[in-house]
Amino acid sequence: MSLLKVKNLNLQFRTDEGLITAVENVSFEINAGEVLGLVGESGSGKSVTAKSLMQLNPSNSVYSPESSIKLELESGGVDVLSLKNPRELVVVRGGAISMIFQEPMASFAPAITIGAQMVEQLMIHTSMTKKESAALSVEMLERVGISDAGMRFHQYAFELSGGMRQRAMIAMALSTKPKVLIADEPTTALDVTIQAQVLDLMKDLVKEFGMAILFITHDLGVIAQVADRVAVMYLGSIVESGPVREVLQSPSHPYTKGLLNALPKLDALDEPLTPIPGDIPSPLERPPGCVFHTRCPEVLAEKCDSSVPQRTNVGQDHSVSCFAVDSTGKAA
Amino acid sequence: MGFFKKTKQTETNQKRKENYFTASQGQLIRARFKSNRTAMVAGWVLTTMILIGLFAPFLSPYAPSMAGRDKQYENGPPQIPQFWDENGFSFRPFIYGTNRERSIKTNFRWVISIDRDERYYVQFFVEGWQYSFIDINWDLPGKIFDVDLKTLTFKTHLFGTDRGGIHLFGTDNSGKDIYSRTLHAIYTSLAVGSMGVFIAFVLALLIGGIAGYFGGWIDSVLQMITDAIRTVPPIPLFMALAAFMPDEWSAETRFFFIATILGLIGWPTLARRIRTHLLSERSQEYVLAAELCGASSGHIIRKHLLPSFTSYIIVDLMITFPYMVRSETALSFIGLGLVDPVNSLGALMQNVSKADVLLNYQWYFIPVIFFIAFVLAFVFVGDGLRDASDPYSHVKK
Amino acid sequence: MTEKPLISINKLNVEFPLGRTLFGKPPMLSAVNDVSLDIMPGQFYGLVGESGSGKTTLGKAILRAVHISSGEITFDDSDVNYDVGSLAKKELKNYRKLAQLIFQDPYAALSPRMTVRDIIAEPLEVMGLTKTREETDERVRDIAEKCRLNLEHLRRFPHAFSGGQRQRISIARTLVCNPKFVVADESVAALDVSIQADILNLLQSLQDQLGLTFLFISHDLSVVAHICDHVAVMYLGTLVESAPTRKLFDNPSHPYTKALLSAIPSLDPDDRGKAQKLEGEIPSPANPPPGCKFHTRCPMAEDRCRKEVPQWRELSKDHYAACHLV
Repeated sequence: MSLLKVKNLNLQFRTDEGLITAVENVSFEINAGEVLGLVGESGSGKSVTAKSLMQLNPSNSVYSPESSIKLELESGGVDVLSLKNPRELVVVRGGAISMIFQEPMASFAPAITIGAQMVEQLMIHTSMTKKESAALSVEMLERVGISDAGMRFHQYAFELSGGMRQRAMIAMALSTKPKVLIADEPTTALDVTIQAQVLDLMKDLVKEFGMAILFITHDLGVIAQVADRVAVMYLGSIVESGPVREVLQSPSHPYTKGLLNALPKLDALDEPLTPIPGDIPSPLERPPGCVFHTRCPEVLAEKCDSSVPQRTNVGQDHSVSCFAVDSTGKAA
Repeated sequence: MGFFKKTKQTETNQKRKENYFTASQGQLIRARFKSNRTAMVAGWVLTTMILIGLFAPFLSPYAPSMAGRDKQYENGPPQIPQFWDENGFSFRPFIYGTNRERSIKTNFRWVISIDRDERYYVQFFVEGWQYSFIDINWDLPGKIFDVDLKTLTFKTHLFGTDRGGIHLFGTDNSGKDIYSRTLHAIYTSLAVGSMGVFIAFVLALLIGGIAGYFGGWIDSVLQMITDAIRTVPPIPLFMALAAFMPDEWSAETRFFFIATILGLIGWPTLARRIRTHLLSERSQEYVLAAELCGASSGHIIRKHLLPSFTSYIIVDLMITFPYMVRSETALSFIGLGLVDPVNSLGALMQNVSKADVLLNYQWYFIPVIFFIAFVLAFVFVGDGLRDASDPYSHVKK
Repeated sequence: MTEKPLISINKLNVEFPLGRTLFGKPPMLSAVNDVSLDIMPGQFYGLVGESGSGKTTLGKAILRAVHISSGEITFDDSDVNYDVGSLAKKELKNYRKLAQLIFQDPYAALSPRMTVRDIIAEPLEVMGLTKTREETDERVRDIAEKCRLNLEHLRRFPHAFSGGQRQRISIARTLVCNPKFVVADESVAALDVSIQADILNLLQSLQDQLGLTFLFISHDLSVVAHICDHVAVMYLGTLVESAPTRKLFDNPSHPYTKALLSAIPSLDPDDRGKAQKLEGEIPSPANPPPGCKFHTRCPMAEDRCRKEVPQWRELSKDHYAACHLV
């Protein structure tokens, strides 16, 4: 059951230097109870895509007319991009869709207690009274593994450690029982032992609440542990997507292959690290044709620099946008 | 054909990008400032007013003092030159002749009437009263400080009339030309403001600089002193000091005194800003990198702190200037600063507060417009500079 | 084969005051506690730990960028023998030429007002290592080439460059004065994965070319595993384990090391659920637990661990750990 359908999302920013393309022709679906990982490095457009789902992008963003983001609620389908004013957007912002961010310190207001912020969120999105909201919030704090939740409810963000703050943010995001949780680099700022705890928590919660998670990160290891499906983004386009096992173990796109090769692996300590040659182009200098062709080891002259490759299926639900790959997944 | 067009475009694009990459911080700031329309307009207004102030004697047909007054045209309304009236067209702009009379009908007040048949033609580059660009005749307390220097003396003025008088902004109750007085007043405000800013700046740089650079207990002590001075309410202080000013002091002495007071009152705010800039710059990682190489304090100050500092300081100075001008104007307005016959915007505005003026001689208000424009121009330019020198924060990951 | 260590640290303590008091001594935070280790010349020594472990403070202490509270750090190469904690001013100046630091944040470490050429040349000018402008230029060009920087780019300002390029400029600046010992503090943490590998390879090739000794500080174990030949693990200011890389990763002894290794998310989706989970939060360094600092989260903690501080013992050749239970 598809909860969220993104189709042909095209987003540009109006700047002093002209129109900069941030996201080009991005399409994906998220189903209930599934974790979709969105992987990419800086400039890949993954955060911008996530923010589009809640229309959180700045006012100089320009969506192309064929972009569509459809959210399936009990009351029917909602086209997120057609919602105009904040009153209409309340349903997506914090209601059906919740978001947690990378820096939990920056996401909590420093001068208001955690509890007050959680209660405020509940009162905006549900018809609960203040007392009921408080009770639910304490319950959620316990659910995410924060000990002494009743006391923590009255504390301020700076009194909690990094891991606890992130858990509190997850509690706050989940208290409105959203259909989709967007997690934008939620564990990047955490120590690795704490990260392991938080990832476990998120997996448990998916099972319990039956919601979908859009998990954005640059860390392929985290994706391997958490996601069911993964989409790899580069400079605003999705280059490969499919079940996580397939994409990680038999990658088709040269970028995905390059990314996997560049990672230091604990079980292959003697192998040299092979970086992807060149640098990520700045969004001002977006390469024509296939965006990756300037650094691609399998580039086909004349083809890759002039036309954009279409999505081709290379396996069960596994698709790639590359000229160098044919439908059997082999290099052309 | 399309191929050639493309390469030409990419060539200019490449050039533009290379210029961007090799642009120093100063050039980037200038470019950003230029793209800010409000700031550019304000900049032009400011430059124009500064030039007007500096060339005031050349631009004024009459001396702004009692010597240049027009006894025939006291409290006269503004005379705007025209090219055309019912008597015909003239290439040379002219103004009407005037007569004045008083009778019982006008309550024995002198009333100016315009004779539309008499034309006084406006001449350009006329010879008029003598002025010197450098005319220093400082009569400071003590004989050794007296300076008497007079050079760059001219007699030419931009415009004037062969007969009668041309008073673009009208005259005040003793016949002094308001237009000339306004232009000279701009000069005075500029001078007082500059001196005040200079004094404040030197003090602020010393105290704020030492506090910011060394930190620790030196910083704490200097901060306490700075805050103590800042809490002194300026207006009562001004009034007390102004009351203390003996009447025998010449205009120049009063001028220096006022400027010094403004500087001494204004330095704490500036010092605090300088200290903050220094403290934040000192903890930058590239300063730490230089320290780890064993760089001396002199090197760090010269190469890292001062350049980053300069753009902030220019902004701070731009923003402090209008405060100085406003303070001086306010003081002069209440009669404690530079008073009549000295030309200062405040002194000019002092005459405005009488009911007589409000009802009958509204042209006395014209200097007010200049004052507002002057201060606003500084403020907008300062804001524009501050926006332009905001360091690149969007480049961070 | 008994080489002398280049850097020898003996019972090092670095403490910071917490807040200021008017009279008496304020409470102290022990950032580095009783650390002893040796770094051999030519080694790529890895220092791993999470937040609060004290690894950055240790690196800074070796470079005399923070004050040493007690203990010794000795720098001994074929020319000089310095006791870093008590260097006179002139010797400190010389030490700065020999031991340098690569910063973490490539965006903050370069002055936005200087051209790349000036940034790289600054150490030369400050330390007075060159006499003429031509000499400086030549050395700048030389190191820039080694760091694979385009020589045309020397005229540009930092805002023209990406993160990876800036890090290379930063490395060039650190190495231009030919130091013997370099501390790389999280030098690749702020970079994208595809660029990380590039910088790591660069560091390794520079080590071969210039005969450098590196102290590589990182929180990322997989990176450390690939590039370092010896690894030391810190927790809350104390060393918990130290061994040659292969030995540490094949046979970790300390429970913290084991937990750290298993917490690294594996690239194999079928590995889920196999990780050993550590409960609890990292204690605050201002308030460390008594006895063995790790006992609050250790799955094997016993009574003894709560009371006694474990000894730093040699378990096998070059393999040390501080734990009661191994």
